[in-house]
Amino acid sequence: MTKSGFIPKEALDEKVVRSTDAICINESELSHHWYHQLKYLAIGVFFGIISVKSEVVSWFRIQEMFRLQSFHMYGIIGSAVMVGMVSIWVIKKWNIKTIYGEPITISPKKFNKGQIYGGLLFGFGWAVTGACPGPLFAQLGMGLSVVAITILSAVFGTWVYGYWREKLPH
Amino acid sequence: MLEILAKPWPWYVAGPLIGLTVPILLILGNKSFGISSSFRHICASCFPGRVNFFKYNWRKEIWNLYFVFGIFLGGILTVRFFQNTSPILLNEDLIRELAGYGITDYSSLIPIELFNWNTLFTVKGILLQVVGGFLVGFGTRYAGGCTSGHAIMGLSNLQIPSLIATVSFMLGGFLMANLILPFILSL
Repeated sequence: MTKSGFIPKEALDEKVVRSTDAICINESELSHHWYHQLKYLAIGVFFGIISVKSEVVSWFRIQEMFRLQSFHMYGIIGSAVMVGMVSIWVIKKWNIKTIYGEPITISPKKFNKGQIYGGLLFGFGWAVTGACPGPLFAQLGMGLSVVAITILSAVFGTWVYGYWREKLPH
Repeated sequence: MLEILAKPWPWYVAGPLIGLTVPILLILGNKSFGISSSFRHICASCFPGRVNFFKYNWRKEIWNLYFVFGIFLGGILTVRFFQNTSPILLNEDLIRELAGYGITDYSSLIPIELFNWNTLFTVKGILLQVVGGFLVGFGTRYAGGCTSGHAIMGLSNLQIPSLIATVSFMLGGFLMANLILPFILSL
């Protein structure tokens, strides 16, 4: 966490760099002790348990989904989006603040062709590995040690994307 | 209570709970739900090289690494304390199709006949685990998000680019699962 109370030019550029990918760009003015991060660890545990218990982490469930053989995954993603949509609507409507009293901001996503090309490539990977990034971490936790290789490959894939980024059509 | 915890959870319980992650992260610290960015933060923190894409203050995004570490711990806790006791219930057609490729072990949530350290060094294993993982990492970053960042967070925030990305994920998945994967599995 930085302690800067202002945003210098370099930081502004960096904010652009970090937001390019629509990753969270919370520029908190507050500085917190490291243990404040533990709440995200707790949410991760919550998310991990749900995804294992609901079999979202199952390669078999993903195969069913892509063969239209079960409603399960569609029900999960669909109802998650419904709850998310209503929540964000409520947050915007009532102007709800964070627990630290800061305003909640969500950066809009800009269209680029990467969403199509990258989306298709991720779709291939999703059907093959039977897991999107979240479930990969949960599977590793479940003791499926070989998934570490899939995670390392994904990190490498991300790195290669970063390396080729300027040359790829966007 | 323990009995309920030991059973697989239906979609109408799990889906809304997953959806709640969106407002919880926003309210706890103005964080947008997304998981694939963690791969980028790992690159940025461990081996940024001379790549501009990885030159940013990843410490500001460290919450995301705590979050995925939590998912990992969630996997450990579930197996340790309330693992599903019954085998996974699947569509008969899928079971029949997979049996044709010699996949009959349903003791885990993933087919351990395909995903293990021995198959890793076969053509099939490399395609499924190494190439598959690469596509997940490369594709999500190219698309700017994964199922969580685009399909759940993006759609919840009514973002058209996220809808385009989600449709592309599904299309890619349909093509792979139905047209290409059968060939890989029969190797």
